[in-house]
Amino acid sequence: MSDETGTAPSRRALIGWGGAGLALGAAAAGGAAAALSGGADDTRTVADSGAAVPFHGAHQAGIATAVQDRLHFAAFDVTTDDRAELIALLKEWTKAAARMTQGHAVGGGAVSDLAEAPPDDTGEALGLKASRLTLTIGFGPTLFKDRKGKDRFGIADRRPEALIDLPAFPGDNLDAARSDGDLCVQACADDPQVAVHAIRNLARIGMGKVAIRWSQLGFGKTSSTTPDAQTPRNMMGFKDGTRNIAGTDTAALEKHVWVSGKAGPAWLAGGSYLVARRIRMHIETWDRTSLKEQEDVFGRDKGEGAPQGRQRERDEPNLKAMLPTAHVRLAHPDSNGGARILRRGYSFTDGTDGLGRLDAGLFFLAYQHDVRDGFVPVQRGLARSDALNEYIQHVGSALFAVPPGVRDADDWWGRALFS
Amino acid sequence: MRAARTSVVAAISALATITAVAGCAQKSDAKGSDAVQVTASDDACEVSKTSFPAGHVKLAVENKGSKVTEVYVYAPGDRIVTERENIGPGTSTSISAEIKTGSYEIACKPGMKGHGIRQKVSATGKGAVAKRDPKLDKAVAAYRAYAQQQADETLPVAQKFADAVKKDDLEGAKKLYAPSRVGWERTEPVAESFGDIDPKVDVREDGLEKGQKWTGWHRLEKSLWQAKKITAADHDLADQLIKDLKDWQKRVGTADITPTGMANGAKELLDEVQTGKVTGEEERYSHTDLVDFEGNVEGAETSYKLLKPVASKNDPELAKSLDKQFAAVGKLLDKYREGKGFVSYDTVTESKRKELSDAVNALAEPLSRLAAAVVTK
Repeated sequence: MSDETGTAPSRRALIGWGGAGLALGAAAAGGAAAALSGGADDTRTVADSGAAVPFHGAHQAGIATAVQDRLHFAAFDVTTDDRAELIALLKEWTKAAARMTQGHAVGGGAVSDLAEAPPDDTGEALGLKASRLTLTIGFGPTLFKDRKGKDRFGIADRRPEALIDLPAFPGDNLDAARSDGDLCVQACADDPQVAVHAIRNLARIGMGKVAIRWSQLGFGKTSSTTPDAQTPRNMMGFKDGTRNIAGTDTAALEKHVWVSGKAGPAWLAGGSYLVARRIRMHIETWDRTSLKEQEDVFGRDKGEGAPQGRQRERDEPNLKAMLPTAHVRLAHPDSNGGARILRRGYSFTDGTDGLGRLDAGLFFLAYQHDVRDGFVPVQRGLARSDALNEYIQHVGSALFAVPPGVRDADDWWGRALFS
Repeated sequence: MRAARTSVVAAISALATITAVAGCAQKSDAKGSDAVQVTASDDACEVSKTSFPAGHVKLAVENKGSKVTEVYVYAPGDRIVTERENIGPGTSTSISAEIKTGSYEIACKPGMKGHGIRQKVSATGKGAVAKRDPKLDKAVAAYRAYAQQQADETLPVAQKFADAVKKDDLEGAKKLYAPSRVGWERTEPVAESFGDIDPKVDVREDGLEKGQKWTGWHRLEKSLWQAKKITAADHDLADQLIKDLKDWQKRVGTADITPTGMANGAKELLDEVQTGKVTGEEERYSHTDLVDFEGNVEGAETSYKLLKPVASKNDPELAKSLDKQFAAVGKLLDKYREGKGFVSYDTVTESKRKELSDAVNALAEPLSRLAAAVVTK
């Protein structure tokens, strides 16, 4: 305990330091936002600029947005039963998210508060650019009715029909401690520190109202929403996600990703559904698999990423040239009655497990307008027949309804649901 | 249990209000000496001057009463600046101290007990004295009394624990182990401020420096629960523990306590819970972590309650949130009560520990803003 009655320099003398970092961040963010407004698709250019992705809009950013390099995804349990407190938190979160995505610090900043108190912002993103940070919120089935069937917030009747309890798929080995959640926040950014900072600060603001249930860091995006860019490789060394829905393909987004006002509840119009699956890869056994088998499992060649029997990555695949158990063949829309989903998955490596095996895999994130004709039929087919199943296991699972975008400064995450 | 805790706080608040004690009078003749004459009797404490220059100050004390007395100089918040015990009837002594500019109280304690008969004095000189809200001084004084009370009440229990160890009464010692630590756990930030005592009484095996001898509660904990037998060396350890705790008891009154220190100390108590108790690390052999957990929370709540009159004025929302979260943690702890204590922590599952951890986070986060609420005008 320190003596405050002595002749120590006034804490107030230190407050002047607070503003500098914020002003810098704002300037950088402004310039970057301008660079982005041309609708630039080239991920690298945008990433290098450290741009700010606009927070307000008809849809939440972080879905059709060109996929950033890094991820911090967090699922929360709501620990309060008080509807007003939850709403107040969502408002506070929205305010903090709007600031952080534009490169600003939370609240009074990282150094501008009283010397005696911890600062509002944790500070590790101070001086970093916005780095195209997007924060995307989702509402899990248990927000509408908890596990005991209780309607804590008076919204049980607003639970969308499509927000189902995902069916059990053969081969799943789901860990409850890595599954589900009342709320989720997906933070994507080109700088991992920016993404981690965002989740950390939201979690801190939420303490007493929400508690982190589980979270996942991701790197090396495994699919692209920018068709001109190279498709990145997953931890198995393959290009997976070539046929993804492009963030610029408005028609496909309308058809497959955004919930229309007619199909779902009004509060979700312009929103989407997010499936999150932690898919562990048996890295060591995969690495011992012959190249031929690896390529047969995927249905692509490893070097170029071309579908079997074709030359270039983006050549139209000839599904019949692949084994009936090939991953690409089974996942293809033609094998699923035209079902398409927008994937934004990331690789993860959480060090090694107790047996010295690399704890790595794919953190699968997919957006669609209805999981019942998106993820569920596709995964059913894969779970049944995919040759890849020998090398992977789904160990975590969650489903969220993702509300539409925050329209303006007066709007907030979930307003339509709670109003 | 919760009700009892509240009443302790109430009692302390009451104690703090008895600062204006009758019986103090100012003596007019200073006998031409620079020394401050302090004339103690059984019902008075006269000082020759209530204002003197700061710096090297000499108190000439004469006990004209029939009881043994002691004389203290207290800084605001009842921090002991200097003291002299065992001044027999009819004897004189002199006390010297370096006293900074500011307001103080000189107290005589006939019978060497209680709050004492007090006289307000001031040391004058260069430099403006930082004026603090008297409510905060009151809070500090009450907290100091609490810390002293905790130490005073710990000693007899710790003595019983030590006695059981020395009688090779394994089961008796086990029963007394956790209760003997409660007072310490409640006031840990104060106790830890004496850097030399903490490593002797509360260090865990993995906290030892190379060459450091392991003593204190946790060494005995290991004997009682892991080795399940008491050795001759443990007898000596029990004696050593009492000796070190007596040192703590004697020095509590000199601890440097400030309002922001109290607020941050409350937060530190929750940090203790979050890093050591929730994980089961602290009491890895006895699994009595929940007893410590409650002690830490009670200590934090006492600090908060004492600061609340100021904090709730400056930040009513914060006070509301703290009241709610303290209650929530208390309610959660209630689930684990068993007899007079708590269930063994190794029976608390991972998911239940997370629930406890979430509740501690929910309390500690607003508690970290208490210091700001205390200093904000």
